[in-house]
Amino acid sequence: MLPVGSIERRTNGWYGMLTVIMTEGALFAYLLFSYYYFAVQYGREWLPPQLPEFWFSVPNTILLLASSAALWFAERGVRRGIRRDLVWGLAIAIGLAVIYVVLQAIEWSGRPFTMSSTPYGSLYFSISGLHFVHLAIGLIILVVLLIWSLLNYFDARRYAAVSIGAVYWYFVTAVWLAVFFTIYITPRLG
Amino acid sequence: MSSIAYERSAALETAGYDSPATSKLEQLWKTKPGLFGWLGTVDHKQLGKRYLITAFCFLIAGGIEALVMRLQLARPNQHLLTPEQYNELFSMHGITMIFLYAQPVLSGFSVFLFPLFLGTRDLAFPRLNSFSYYVYLFAGLFLYASFLVGAVPNDGWFNYPPNALKLYNPGPNIDFYALGMILLGISTTVGAANFLVTWLRLRAPGMSINRLPILTWSTTTTSVGILFSVPAVSLAFLMLWLDRQFGTHFFDPAGRGQPLLWQHLFWMFAHPWVYIVVLPAMGFVSEALPIFCRRPLVGYTVVVLATVATMVMGFGVWLHHMFATGLPFLALSFFSGASMVIVIPSAVAVFAWVATIWTGRPVVTTALLFFAGFIAMFVIGGVSGFMTAAVPSDRQMTDTYFVVAHIHYVLIGINLFPVMGALYVWFPKMTGRLLDERIGRWNFWLVFIGLNVAFLPMHWTGLAGMPRRIYTYPDGLGWNTVNMLTTIGAFILAIGVLVLLINIAVSRARGALAGPNPWDGPTLEWTTPSPPPSYNFAVIPAVASQNPLWEGRLQEGLGHSSVGRGLVLDQGKEVLATTPLDAEPDAILKMPQDSLAPLVVAIALTGLFAGLLVAWWWLAGLCAVVTLASLVVWLWPEPALGQIAVAAND
Amino acid sequence: MGKSRTRLLSRAPLIAAGALFAPATAHANAPMNYLQSFGPKAHEIANLTWALLILSILVVAIISALVVVGAMRRRVLPPDREVRLEPISRGSGSGVLWIYIGVGLSTLALLGAMVWTGYTMAVIQRPPRAPKLTVEIIGHQWWWQVRYLSGDSSRVFDTANEIHIPVGEPVQFKVRTEDVIHSFWVPPLGDKIDLIPSQTNVTWLEVGEPGTYRGQCAEFCGQQHAHMALLAVADKPDDFQRWWDDQLKPAVSAPQAALGETLFTVRCGACHTVRGTRAGGRLGPDLTHVMSRQTIAAATLPNKIAYLSGWISDPQRIKPGNLMPTLDISGPELEQIRGFLAGLK
Repeated sequence: MLPVGSIERRTNGWYGMLTVIMTEGALFAYLLFSYYYFAVQYGREWLPPQLPEFWFSVPNTILLLASSAALWFAERGVRRGIRRDLVWGLAIAIGLAVIYVVLQAIEWSGRPFTMSSTPYGSLYFSISGLHFVHLAIGLIILVVLLIWSLLNYFDARRYAAVSIGAVYWYFVTAVWLAVFFTIYITPRLG
Repeated sequence: MSSIAYERSAALETAGYDSPATSKLEQLWKTKPGLFGWLGTVDHKQLGKRYLITAFCFLIAGGIEALVMRLQLARPNQHLLTPEQYNELFSMHGITMIFLYAQPVLSGFSVFLFPLFLGTRDLAFPRLNSFSYYVYLFAGLFLYASFLVGAVPNDGWFNYPPNALKLYNPGPNIDFYALGMILLGISTTVGAANFLVTWLRLRAPGMSINRLPILTWSTTTTSVGILFSVPAVSLAFLMLWLDRQFGTHFFDPAGRGQPLLWQHLFWMFAHPWVYIVVLPAMGFVSEALPIFCRRPLVGYTVVVLATVATMVMGFGVWLHHMFATGLPFLALSFFSGASMVIVIPSAVAVFAWVATIWTGRPVVTTALLFFAGFIAMFVIGGVSGFMTAAVPSDRQMTDTYFVVAHIHYVLIGINLFPVMGALYVWFPKMTGRLLDERIGRWNFWLVFIGLNVAFLPMHWTGLAGMPRRIYTYPDGLGWNTVNMLTTIGAFILAIGVLVLLINIAVSRARGALAGPNPWDGPTLEWTTPSPPPSYNFAVIPAVASQNPLWEGRLQEGLGHSSVGRGLVLDQGKEVLATTPLDAEPDAILKMPQDSLAPLVVAIALTGLFAGLLVAWWWLAGLCAVVTLASLVVWLWPEPALGQIAVAAND
Repeated sequence: MGKSRTRLLSRAPLIAAGALFAPATAHANAPMNYLQSFGPKAHEIANLTWALLILSILVVAIISALVVVGAMRRRVLPPDREVRLEPISRGSGSGVLWIYIGVGLSTLALLGAMVWTGYTMAVIQRPPRAPKLTVEIIGHQWWWQVRYLSGDSSRVFDTANEIHIPVGEPVQFKVRTEDVIHSFWVPPLGDKIDLIPSQTNVTWLEVGEPGTYRGQCAEFCGQQHAHMALLAVADKPDDFQRWWDDQLKPAVSAPQAALGETLFTVRCGACHTVRGTRAGGRLGPDLTHVMSRQTIAAATLPNKIAYLSGWISDPQRIKPGNLMPTLDISGPELEQIRGFLAGLK
């Protein structure tokens, strides 16, 4: 007996998403390389007079980690056939992500520099901006998954799309951790 | 709507290509009729042929650009072209050949051949395959649209700032390049993902990791290389476009940007890229040379390891393009050493091929001539590259015609030669007819002579100090004769390519019928009719060795592959998924029907980039919305694909 | 066959190649070739390059021979070709021995090359003695600004497109650019170094014998990259000092050139400097001693009256796109300006 169609993670889509993570991960690696290149070339003087602070970035980090946890809960729910867990987990993940978006927008609007002020500004906004684009696409994915869940497309054996969306979201969270470390922590390290 | 059961037991059956089972398969798999089918087909064989045809069109375009340049350079101080025209031509020649011909032609072969090599019926993502082709075509047209507005990219394919920034290049020339390349990168990336997942998942049962056709190793290795290297150049072009359009300061010195950052990002992509455009071609040779030497490839395992090693090491040598930029001694030493060490895996491949010839019984066909010639051209290109790995010598040779000689030996010798040889081998499989052998000899010798007349003396041109990328040169520097020779050789080469095109045209109509296995080859693609039916295999074969069709005759005590008996999988468009290492059956996957979604998304995406090019932000925004919406439609779960839970919808 | 004769025969290909190369490599025939060298740095590099070149030719010859002989000797001849030839088994695995031996020998050759390369890199890394002279090269689209540095600020001066250096001592070059990336390169004397915006790169050259050596920009820098060359003139030390002293002197123009000087200042002075006159423009080359140079327009044209006239009256015809505009200079004006320039020796 062979499984037929989209069963658990045996789909091509699952592997396809892993390749997406490989290539988009490489993109962020090159972005952060560019940041560090400037930092090495210019030293302390390339940083803005006021270093990026934790008021928004720490809550945002917590929000993303929490939304990933909610998503993990959702995926576990669908694997056990508990639709309620799936729907609520997705909804909470989406809600938390929306708060993240709002906080990020406020943080950006409060910046004294723009992307065309200095090289730092260019890199700050391109890194956080590209991360934001990836997150926004992830948010659309989560909303679509929620709709599909409400339409009863998924059950304990057919839930590949949920796994695929979830692993993308975990990737977005992991990238945020790397971005957070680079932009908010490294300037304060010696 | 009837939903798909979660499991099924599938029985082995015996079926030939003319049995009743196959007419059902034909109905299931064949492309829909009319315009809808032509635009929306997901048949990898049709898409593969489109890739090849499009790539050859770009080869011709790039070739014409080269011939015009060679007319300008045949003699000193000529005025056939203005400097701006020459700079546009050499830039587009490089861009066309490196991005629009060299990698897509290899993709085209793989798109057609992968499923046939692996014993399956399609690539992992059939609609993505179609999307990948359309975006390639549209990106190429996007780049060439620059000719229509007289603003062709003019700063070389390497496009260094500050010359590429708005201050020195105010027109849209570089914007065409930057946005066109990001768009093309999307096509290349999704194509690579398609190959990787297919290779991991869709094989004939029993085709374990050590039984995979070696061409699939090359293509998959370069697919991984693409996934990790393309983002570097896409990012670089995005940053460049932002510098040009929005005044960011990534590269502009006036704003404290770093021009060298461009070089790092660009070469971190472009060096792996040069292996991406040759490793699959080397795979053609590893795959087909053994057929014409009547023995399996010598050293399959070490050649596979060498292929992977070359790609991996290819990520660690990029600085050798920057030896003259004033880098620290330690960096120079490391990258010089690494650039020499990377020669070793290539040597493994060369000796494997030489050994295959020496211990085999060579059958001299046009294909063999191309493969044998390729080995010599490979070595010439390889040694000239090795010479440039030595920093002190490179700092004389870099940016001279020595490097131009090197790159043309590696690109023509290691890409075009195997491509031509591969055409002679697999054209019969694709079309059912053999290419004419007599015309083939003319094809080979003209190309061989043309290449060597044009580019062998060019090593001397470089050693005599002629810099690259100059639209003219003065008399009295010793460059006159060699330039004239190169021009003559280039035209001979062009005639050779023309002869190939003639061969294709003539043989398409009147070539000898090929049958399934005209060369008595050993791998699975030779079991299907030529051309293969829409469903490739009547039953999914099972393999027990590297060379299934030679098993019985090699007397090596190998297993018994099963070609005429296997899973039929005719309850819809179905393929078998297997485990990556041992290729054990893992699932039955449902494949999509023809669809226009890929075309719609490709058009929307191109519209997005066009909007960015002309700064019509409303157009870009609209197209972005259409792209996202179409993607959601494309990915919407379908019952026929087994993507929807059973209970809810019965 | 005697041992010496065998050796001669086996070396025949190399001798033939050398014979072909020798006249071609003559500096007079190919002034920018770098297989011939005229200074210690270039010597070391040329030796390494020759060694790698000979090794490469050998490798190509051997592998090509293997391919051709291999394909010929066991090839299937016509009558059998029509018959389906059975595939041959892998046999005892002797094929793999080819790979081990071939790769082993290649690795040895590679190691030798790496060692020689490392040695050469170390030797050319810095000059053998501290340079007494530093010359600054500033790249522009499409000409070379040359500034002679000195501890004594009264001995610092600018010239363009032609460098003079003393024979027999290392000279330090500090290179930078005012606009895009260029590359400073005089092949007979040494390797190239890029001119990168926002940074100053440093290199050194030393010449062994007097002579005039041609260099050219070696990094694509826009429309007239093809016409951005320079001359490096190696003088005996006394001649070099005399040249430097002459270059320091301001222009002395004869009374009959007064009108020419005025016209020059008005038409050309916005871009060009002639010390000793009121022409002080900094956009184009310093012309104070322009007639002391062998070429004009960045070594594009010989510095002779006819070429000079053609250049001044229509620079866009000779270097289209370059930053010297084609002004509407009348015949009489041109004659006056030429007369003035002729005095700037």
